[in-house]
Amino acid sequence: MATMVQAVRMALHVGETRLGVTDIFGEDVGPPLGGVFTATQGLKTAWNTPLDERGIVGAAIGLAMAGQCPVAEIQFCDYAFNTIDLLKLAGNTCWSSNGDWNCPLVLMTPVGAGIRGSIYHSHSFDAQATRLPGWKIVMPSNPLDAYGLMLSAIVDPNPVMVLLPKALLRVKAGPDELIPGEPEDDRTLSKMIDAPVGDRSSWEPRWPDTPDLFLPIGPLRLVRPGRDATVVTYGRYVPLARRIAEDLATEGLDIEVIDLRTLYPYDWDGLKASIRRTRRVLFVNEDTEITNFGEHLLRRTVEELFDELLAAPRLLAGKHLPGIGLADNLERASVPQREDIVASLRALCAETRSLSDFRAALALRLSKGNTDASEALALAYTRR
Amino acid sequence: MVSQVLSPPLPQQLEGPRPLDPALQIRIYELMLTTRLLEERLIRMYKQGDGFFWIGGPGEEAFNIPLGLLVRKGRGLDYDYLHLHYRSTGTLLAMGANPVDALRQMKNTATDPYSGGRNFVGHSSIRAWNVVPITSPIEVQFSIAPGTAMAQKRANSRGITIVQGGDAGTAEGDFATCLVWSSRPGAELPILMLVANNGWGISTPASTQHGEKYIADRGKAFGIRTRVINGNDPEEAYHELKEAMDYVRMERRPFLLEAQVSRLYGHSSASGANFVKNEVDCLAEFEHKLEERGLLTRARMDEMRERITQELLDASRRVIEEPQPDGATVWNHIFADRNYVKEGL
Ligand SMILES: Cc1ncc(C[n+]2csc(CCOP(=O)(O)OP(=O)(O)O)c2C)c(N)n1
Repeated sequence: MATMVQAVRMALHVGETRLGVTDIFGEDVGPPLGGVFTATQGLKTAWNTPLDERGIVGAAIGLAMAGQCPVAEIQFCDYAFNTIDLLKLAGNTCWSSNGDWNCPLVLMTPVGAGIRGSIYHSHSFDAQATRLPGWKIVMPSNPLDAYGLMLSAIVDPNPVMVLLPKALLRVKAGPDELIPGEPEDDRTLSKMIDAPVGDRSSWEPRWPDTPDLFLPIGPLRLVRPGRDATVVTYGRYVPLARRIAEDLATEGLDIEVIDLRTLYPYDWDGLKASIRRTRRVLFVNEDTEITNFGEHLLRRTVEELFDELLAAPRLLAGKHLPGIGLADNLERASVPQREDIVASLRALCAETRSLSDFRAALALRLSKGNTDASEALALAYTRR
Repeated sequence: MVSQVLSPPLPQQLEGPRPLDPALQIRIYELMLTTRLLEERLIRMYKQGDGFFWIGGPGEEAFNIPLGLLVRKGRGLDYDYLHLHYRSTGTLLAMGANPVDALRQMKNTATDPYSGGRNFVGHSSIRAWNVVPITSPIEVQFSIAPGTAMAQKRANSRGITIVQGGDAGTAEGDFATCLVWSSRPGAELPILMLVANNGWGISTPASTQHGEKYIADRGKAFGIRTRVINGNDPEEAYHELKEAMDYVRMERRPFLLEAQVSRLYGHSSASGANFVKNEVDCLAEFEHKLEERGLLTRARMDEMRERITQELLDASRRVIEEPQPDGATVWNHIFADRNYVKEGL
């Protein structure tokens, strides 16, 4: 039963032994440490770089252009901000050369709050990352997804950023999140692939035989179906949203939980289908709320689904603060907490636009020949 | 001369480089001339409204052409990777690029093979020759170059990585990145770092911003072999580049070469793109030398100039009639459908 960080390590092992990964590198990524979160322990192509994030991203681009298959790590996404220039280049190499070059690289970096990381180990990167056209952006919420998305990232001919929610890195897999071939007992797995404390110079990992299980970049995951409202989230908030949905079920609220998994190119068809079913939606993430990726999803929801919504769509995100304070109370006041999500969902479910307004809006759309609306209209008359 | 005011004098007192083989001298001259006339045609196009922006390398021909002639040209790790800058047209012409393609990029036509009308002139990309896309952000190529060099080192190939930029850009962290990454103990990289020092960053004289005597000296702290040369002399440039390239190719270690060059039409069209009379003109000097050596007569050189000028003019007239890219094509090539860079390696 792997943790997310072990799952990433196993995926990288598959990458370097079967999928052609040539370099896994970054600050403290090679031996002896194997990454500050241990994601790269025991890997034969892992090596340490100078403390130079621009150099790391630059080298990844150069290696990619020379036909290698690099996986680079930025130790914390908080330190990726000085690489934006190079990230833009990775994303525009194919486009600006009109398809002459592609730039196949993977960049992984831990993101988000939740480990009492204070001002510079709690940043989110989803808003920045999704502002980099030409990149694919994924964020797993459990070990199995991390494994499968990492494998897909490795074989993708484009730059792919794997955002790893720090708060989940050490969380063990749930019963439905086991990687085929891994030992079920976490102590057995740890003995096989975790580097020992102390001298590691003669240590060799014993890798479990795990398959090439590619989780496609793009499709979202329906974590829990529900009828009353949809929560759309990714990364750290997925397990929390699921637990909240289970709790609210006891109050009679039936919440659908969606794990977006891929932030770009995201699964709009899948999202739209869910929002159309529940007609209420809450987007949740922990990045600061101004010019937040959730705002983009909210905008599309309003533009494309306005007439079908029973309540104003909402975004619950981090406060627009310069940082996340260390003290528990400060962190809790900065990024969405369990009670914030519960309160938002209750308010969302309690709100209903006047049904007659709703029907009028739908009828108007129908009269303009929008047959899409007919199903929703039929629903509107039958539902409440 | 202004360039001598801007740049400190060369460290070594040269007696003058060994003359090259006469046929090579003439070949270099032809390429220098073609490059200069091409740049002048591009400037004309800009001034006549056939292009939105001009930037290029008049004043760097004596350095860039020997470079292009010496490159081990081809695709993949066994050949040289080139991370060039926006003044490198001469290098590409010396490698065999078609001058008409520069006219196409100037006019941002759909037929522009470097970017399909997406980028400024001078921003080439030729995967078939390992020329990575030239981009606008200054100095980023110095952060990217170690990647291609690492792949070459590991492959035990004969290819090297060549990275070139200007002088002002060396203040960016990317230049330090290249120094550090190319000289990691035990992991030294086959990189030739080239600084074309024209003494200017747009309007800012280097002497007002840089305390180091020679930029190349910065390599010394890393044990990197360095050299400062007169980049206005094509023969000196040829010999020095050859020596540096041989060293990098054989020893698989970095080399930092600073070439003092001129900037003969200002920074770009944004600063007028007018000829400056107070900097060394490498083309005029080389013409003088060839005449003195009896290799080419003035009349022959005039004839060449006229012929090439006419050819470029005719080509530019055809190019401006070529189709512009369709707006709908903005969606093309955001993502690659295949791993082109890996295929056939
Ligand atoms: C990172 C960055 N900053 C600023 C600019 C704007 N800019 C374009 S060229 C230039 C000066 C470059 O000078 P130098 O490196 O000496 O090269 P030169 O143009 O003289 O060949 C500047 C500031 C840029 N393109 N990129």
